[in-house]
Amino acid sequence: MTALLDVRGLVVTFPAPGSGLRRRRVHALSGVDLTVRRGQTHGLVGESGSGKSTLARCVLGLQQPDEGSVVFDGTEIVGLRGRALREIRRRIQPVFQDPLGSLDPRWTVGRSVRESLDAFGVGSPLDRDRRVSELLDLVGLSPDHAGRSPAQLSGGQRQRVGIAAALASGPDLIVADEPVSALDVSVQAQILNLVARLQRDLGVAVLFVSHDLGVVEHVSQEVSVMYLGGIVETGGRAELFADPVHPYTRALLDAIPVPEPDARLVHAPLAGDIPSPIDPPSGCRFHPRCPMRADSCSRERPALLPVASHLAAHHVACPVALAARPQAGPSPAQN
Amino acid sequence: MSGAVLELDDLTVRIPVGGGRWVEAVGGVTLAVGASEIVGLVGESGCGKSTLGGAVMGLLPVGSRVGGQVLLRGYDLRGLGEEGYRKIRGDDIALVSQDPSASLDPTYPVGAQVAEAIRNHRDVSRRTARERAVDLLRLVGIPDPRARYADPPHRFSGGMKQRVVIAAALANDPAVLIADEPTTALDVTIQAQILHLLRDLTVRTGTGVLLITHDLGVVAQVCDRVAVMYAGQVVEQGTVREVFARPLHPYTRALLDSQPAAHHRSGDLPVIPGRVPDLTDPPAGCRFAQRCAQAHDRCATAPPEVRTASGGRVACWLHPAPATAEETR
Repeated sequence: MTALLDVRGLVVTFPAPGSGLRRRRVHALSGVDLTVRRGQTHGLVGESGSGKSTLARCVLGLQQPDEGSVVFDGTEIVGLRGRALREIRRRIQPVFQDPLGSLDPRWTVGRSVRESLDAFGVGSPLDRDRRVSELLDLVGLSPDHAGRSPAQLSGGQRQRVGIAAALASGPDLIVADEPVSALDVSVQAQILNLVARLQRDLGVAVLFVSHDLGVVEHVSQEVSVMYLGGIVETGGRAELFADPVHPYTRALLDAIPVPEPDARLVHAPLAGDIPSPIDPPSGCRFHPRCPMRADSCSRERPALLPVASHLAAHHVACPVALAARPQAGPSPAQN
Repeated sequence: MSGAVLELDDLTVRIPVGGGRWVEAVGGVTLAVGASEIVGLVGESGCGKSTLGGAVMGLLPVGSRVGGQVLLRGYDLRGLGEEGYRKIRGDDIALVSQDPSASLDPTYPVGAQVAEAIRNHRDVSRRTARERAVDLLRLVGIPDPRARYADPPHRFSGGMKQRVVIAAALANDPAVLIADEPTTALDVTIQAQILHLLRDLTVRTGTGVLLITHDLGVVAQVCDRVAVMYAGQVVEQGTVREVFARPLHPYTRALLDSQPAAHHRSGDLPVIPGRVPDLTDPPAGCRFAQRCAQAHDRCATAPPEVRTASGGRVACWLHPAPATAEETR
């Protein structure tokens, strides 16, 4: 149970676009804690404005937080520069939603993968040629794909190249931000299978960011749910999906259109819009939409608390929902 | 089908791609939508589902050729011409598309846009149109519609904008609403609200909806019937309950199996090998044959006939007659 990545108290704000002299700020992350274990896939799910992509960018070192720390394998990476930052970047690699945006359109696929090897000085130049073929093979492409340009590939093949390039430097952690959102469902299945296989065979950890709970459920061992800049619930995949505690997690699970006509949404869906992160609600940020809200919810920002003592990983930021739970489990409840 | 507000009979759409070549984007689709009914048209990118919607709306690329029939309450829309289409668009048939921002004028109060949709087709006073627009905004769930009437679109969230677009689309009680990926750009909790609204309004207004989507989950949640499209053709159609419980076409089955939400266990998701055929030169036989695990010799050479099976229709050589269709399950 060693943590590969340990994020503590991360705060990120941006100047709000068009706010001029009022200097309003977007509160993208407001004190986020997150742990990714070695060799595991951690799914990060949330809707627009939840801050999931900002969190991913902080882990990749693409965004400096205002406060907080990001510890990767024992090294604080916030504020890291030069050689040390390069070494961390070798070990944490990104996969983005749009492979066309991350591949140079003028380069062949082989050259794009080779570039990653060159940039991090992996092996001797001769080894690298061989390594390009190995990487393409690893992601299910044939050696003759190496000579093609990204435009000659399908969306799924391009994402395979994106993954091969990410694996080139031999990373310990892959940060995948909506890697299958642009793909058709039959192609999406191929990429999800590939990610699962690589995680299993190579032992690489994955921070898998997605708005799609179905996808996250399929690939992850652990899952964190974000809402408006904070994590509202985190836990093992099985507990979180079988026994969601936070009212937002429950609403989110309810809202997913499952492809089963017998599981139609019968009751009215969660009302209201997602508030703006420019001027987020006080206290618990979900309270204006919450069916369980109590008076204290608009005042106090709830901390993540363990759901039950025998489920070490399952935490939820809602004292109201926790108090409403029937007391169960092998160990007697405290208080 | 009697009582259908929209009927497509052997609809074919060919779009010029230059060099004298054509893409057969829609290849012989027969489909009906009844009053108060939501029919899901589901398929992956490039299957022709949006082109089919465009053919109904009279919004196809210049030079496209349409064959077969498009019947709106029994009247053939083909040959209507742009002038004729302008009269019925927004009146008898309406469109809600994926991006509400593109459907609304950014500089103009939302209420006035709904009122204008009414006055474009109805000879009513400004005041009457305004009152009706306020009612419509209330109907689609805009809180405090009288106060929000004068707000421009940018004061509304994506979900609220889509509600305004739906209000404008329903302004003249259309017989048919084409909803092309109406919730794809929205967050999942907001999507649930809009789907709920669409289902509620369809029952109340009698409008028949053709809901074009890539998402089988959306179909399962709101549609009464579903048509599954592959490479320009409807391979299977029937009630949502029947098709999801007992998919007959191998493509329908593969599509359902590849949904990650349907698999609560780990393990590999089933995948569909290969790629969609080139529709400038469609295969002679079944268009899915090259990718189908159950294909046999006949599939590659002869297009499967459409057969009626357990209330639905399927185009697959595995189901050559209704009786055997039942036995193969």
